Amino acid sequence: MIGKEEETHNPGDVVFQVRDLTKIYKMGEVEVHALRGADLELYSGELVVFLGPSGSGKSTLLNILGGLDTATSGSVSYRGKDLTGAGEKELTEYRRFHVGFVFQFYNLIPSLTARENVAIVTEIAVNPMVPEDALALVGLTERLDHFPAQLSGGEQQRVAIARAISKNPEVLLCDEPTGALDSKTGIVVLEALERINRELGTATAIITHNADIAGMADRVVHLSNGRIADVKENRVKKSPGELKW
Amino acid sequence: MKALNRKLWRDVWRMKGQVFAVTLVVMSGVATFIMFISTIDSLNLTRNTFYRDYGFADVFVNLKRAPESLKDKIKNIPGVNQIETRVSAYVKLDIAGFTEPVTARILSIPDDGRPLLNRLCIRKGRLADPAKDNEVVINENFAKAHGFDPGDQFAAVINGKWKRLTITGIALSPEFVLLMRPEAISPDFKRFGILWMGRKALSKSYNMDGAFNDVVLTLYPHAKLSDILVELDNIVEPYGGFGAYGREDQISHRMLNEEFRQLQKSSKIFPTIFICVAAFLLNVVMSRTINTQREQIAALKAFGYNNIDVGIHYAKLVILILFTGLILGIAGGIWFGNMLGAIYMEVYRFPYLIYILHPEVIIAAILISVLSALAGTYHSLRRAARQRPAEGMRPEPPAKYRVTLIEKTGIGRRLTQPTKIIARNIERRPVRTFLSIVGIAVACATMISSGFFKDSIAYTVNFRFVLSQKEDMTVAFAEPTSRKALFELKSLPGVNNAETFRNVPAKLRFGHRSYKTVINGIEQDGRMHLLLDENLKTVPVPSSGIVLADYLGKILGIKAGDMLTVEILEGSKPVRQMPVVALAKQYIGVTGYMDLTALNRLMKEGDAISGAYLFTDSNYREKLFRRFVNMPRVSGTVVRKDEIRNFTEVQARAMLFFTFIATLMACFISFGVVYNSARIALSERSRELSSLRVLGYTRGEISYILLGELGLLTLVAIPLGFFIGYWLCAYIAQALASDLYRVPLIIEMKTYSLSAAVVLASATVSGLIVRHKLDHLDLVEVLKTRE
Ligand SMILES: Nc1ncnc2c1ncn2[C@@H]1O[C@H](COP(=O)(O)OP(=O)(O)OP(=O)(O)O)[C@@H](O)[C@H]1O
Ligand SMILES: [Mg+2]
Repeated sequence: MIGKEEETHNPGDVVFQVRDLTKIYKMGEVEVHALRGADLELYSGELVVFLGPSGSGKSTLLNILGGLDTATSGSVSYRGKDLTGAGEKELTEYRRFHVGFVFQFYNLIPSLTARENVAIVTEIAVNPMVPEDALALVGLTERLDHFPAQLSGGEQQRVAIARAISKNPEVLLCDEPTGALDSKTGIVVLEALERINRELGTATAIITHNADIAGMADRVVHLSNGRIADVKENRVKKSPGELKW
Repeated sequence: MKALNRKLWRDVWRMKGQVFAVTLVVMSGVATFIMFISTIDSLNLTRNTFYRDYGFADVFVNLKRAPESLKDKIKNIPGVNQIETRVSAYVKLDIAGFTEPVTARILSIPDDGRPLLNRLCIRKGRLADPAKDNEVVINENFAKAHGFDPGDQFAAVINGKWKRLTITGIALSPEFVLLMRPEAISPDFKRFGILWMGRKALSKSYNMDGAFNDVVLTLYPHAKLSDILVELDNIVEPYGGFGAYGREDQISHRMLNEEFRQLQKSSKIFPTIFICVAAFLLNVVMSRTINTQREQIAALKAFGYNNIDVGIHYAKLVILILFTGLILGIAGGIWFGNMLGAIYMEVYRFPYLIYILHPEVIIAAILISVLSALAGTYHSLRRAARQRPAEGMRPEPPAKYRVTLIEKTGIGRRLTQPTKIIARNIERRPVRTFLSIVGIAVACATMISSGFFKDSIAYTVNFRFVLSQKEDMTVAFAEPTSRKALFELKSLPGVNNAETFRNVPAKLRFGHRSYKTVINGIEQDGRMHLLLDENLKTVPVPSSGIVLADYLGKILGIKAGDMLTVEILEGSKPVRQMPVVALAKQYIGVTGYMDLTALNRLMKEGDAISGAYLFTDSNYREKLFRRFVNMPRVSGTVVRKDEIRNFTEVQARAMLFFTFIATLMACFISFGVVYNSARIALSERSRELSSLRVLGYTRGEISYILLGELGLLTLVAIPLGFFIGYWLCAYIAQALASDLYRVPLIIEMKTYSLSAAVVLASATVSGLIVRHKLDHLDLVEVLKTRE
């Protein structure tokens, strides 16, 4: 058990500051309100788990934090820099140098091997790991030259994580990283994430449907219907090994 | 971006089916482009080099007889650079082992053996001794046709007397790159030749001492040709000048120009079609690829690859797909270019063929194909570059199916599920469906346009030699002769019937336009030489007035009923106004037609004739030839059968060659387009089809879904292809038309059916390949990987 003091974060440690964020998808006549005024801070070095029913806006929020999408209104700032007003070019640089992504659906490049799927990121990063090291962190040393189609779902997800962490990002955003995995593999994946968070101090956000995973978080954020319904701090943080589901 | 480049190569490899299809089409486009342009450049360079090295003249004029002293007067015309006077005559030859009469033009060469202009390129032997009146140099085509070598002999009628001539040498001249008897429609190397004899000897034979009857000139670079022609005509007029002309009207030069013009036009039409089809295929391939890779694009963007990186990545993919086609096309183009050049060299005599392929041409080919490929895929590339990263995160929403026609009309209830899938799929993507149909139709149209050349040449031959000019032999007299000669001809054994004609050179004028041609006077009630209209109905020969070839009407801007000014260029050179009574269809050359009696009246020369058309008995043909060889006033004969052969084998040979190439390429296109749509459909639908297989559908049933759609598209595309093909041919016919030839817009049933057959065969082969792939569909694999 890793105990942690309850603390008040000082303003210098704020990684993301989200204010009154809304996102409306227009689909012809229909408007879908994916986010309806979310307010949130994320602090450096912390591990946050997002919970919430399907359609509550988790992926939307994460995408906006990661600079993949832009909000309809409200503001997001990353280390004091406003992302809401950022152009295509700034967002690309932001993604390139600061953010690591793990997608709900892996999004590996099918024509590249595990190693190459990581290399495709390290090649454009500033201070990256060696692809092999990143894959070793997720326990895939044996699968370096396998194509995604030759890997199981869990292995594909681990490649995706290796790819996300390989650039040593300042923030790691993971959308259901264990969604497709059995509990044993899920724990391996979570251990990798926890290790990165602990060893490198990478601020990490994890979306999940699995309330049990919340145990390993510093804070747990509940979304509901496009709003932040509740933020809970874990007094006691479990290690992934202790999780069960 | 090494990993990204690796993805590129693997993507290309995975798409090899489509890459192959695109390669075929790009190769076709680039090969034809290079073939045409390099042939044009090579022939042009060869011609220019030959002209320059052997002093080809700029201006030519024939006259009756002028004293040598006139030479200085001509030389003093401002703008004239070099001048050479010559003696020239038409002679009849008798060649051992060849029964037919042969005509030749005999020309003098200066006694020092070095013409200033139109110099000879001696290929074998030596020049003739200027003092000997029994030595000649002959031109190469003629020598080859008869197998002559220096030292061989033949007989000739020189100024009415038979003489044995010895060949001393075989030569080429820039004046006779294409050797053709004046007024002939195609070269006949066996029956027409050029002889060169020393000036002294030839002058003596023709009583031309100190005189000449032929002048050639070169001009200074900035001299104005039209002014010089007028002045020259004025000077030679009193000496029986026949009208001066420049290179453009010199027969060999003009035929070459015509060939170049046709090559030039073809070089625009065919490669354009091929490149457009290639761009279209790439468009389909790329839009499909980018669609399936939207999640990959999203990932790349999420990791910080920017729009330009992604755009360039896919542009590289386009260029990689192009690459093989480009390389093969360039190699094929060089190969075809050399082949086409060699074919031209059999007809056009140059001392050498300089094959050149300017680097610019290759660069142009590369630029044109790359730019059109990028233009064709611009939309897809832009979509990839601009794709918002978040967009690709979620799987593509399920396709939107609407209630479609088949439901509305109630047909749906009677269709099986697989047939409904076909119908919905076609309705759901109307643009894609439309484009596939157009692609296949264009392939079909290309086939039609290449078959069209054969059809139109066959039709031209039939029109001219079977329907319109039925005589099987034409006898020409050396000079206009009294009509009485007809009775002599008719009395010859083997002559079944004869009709007389008179040809006179004339300048036809209407308004400010004029055209120099021949007026053919024929018997009003004759049955051998018929004038026909477009519908093959006879156009009667009027007792007065003139009938013009339809294209001549176009050149002059004149129509039936208008008054035409006719300036005869022979004899007393009368000038007369006469009405154009009708226009007659003519595909080769442009001629005016008059009633023989009316023409004689106009000429004020009694009942003179230039020759006769004959119906002969083929059993007597050899004997007839011998009689004609020995009849002094007969200058030569033309046999229809030979004319047909010459026209199709010599004249149309190059055209038939590139028609063959075009047909081959059209087959490639046809296969490429059809195969590509089959492959795309396969990769797009394999998930859906695998799911159906998992649900228990048989291989046959899922093949039916995919191939049924392909078959349906093909069947719709063929009639559309016929339609596009027809208009494409109409455009080609119009683009190639000139006063020398018009290409009739005739497309035979068999061309249509052959094109349809090629498209269907391509569809069948593509279908079999796809079917084979469907049978080996790895269900687990397909369903496991998300697309
Ligand atoms: N591109 C889009 N176009 C239209 N609506 C969208 C789009 N993306 C998301 N939505 C809608 O916005 C809402 C929030 O979606 P989001 O993906 O953020 O939910 P989520 O909380 O991640 O759900 P899940 O747990 O199922 O992944 C949903 O109603 C969804 O249908
Ligand atoms: Mg989600």
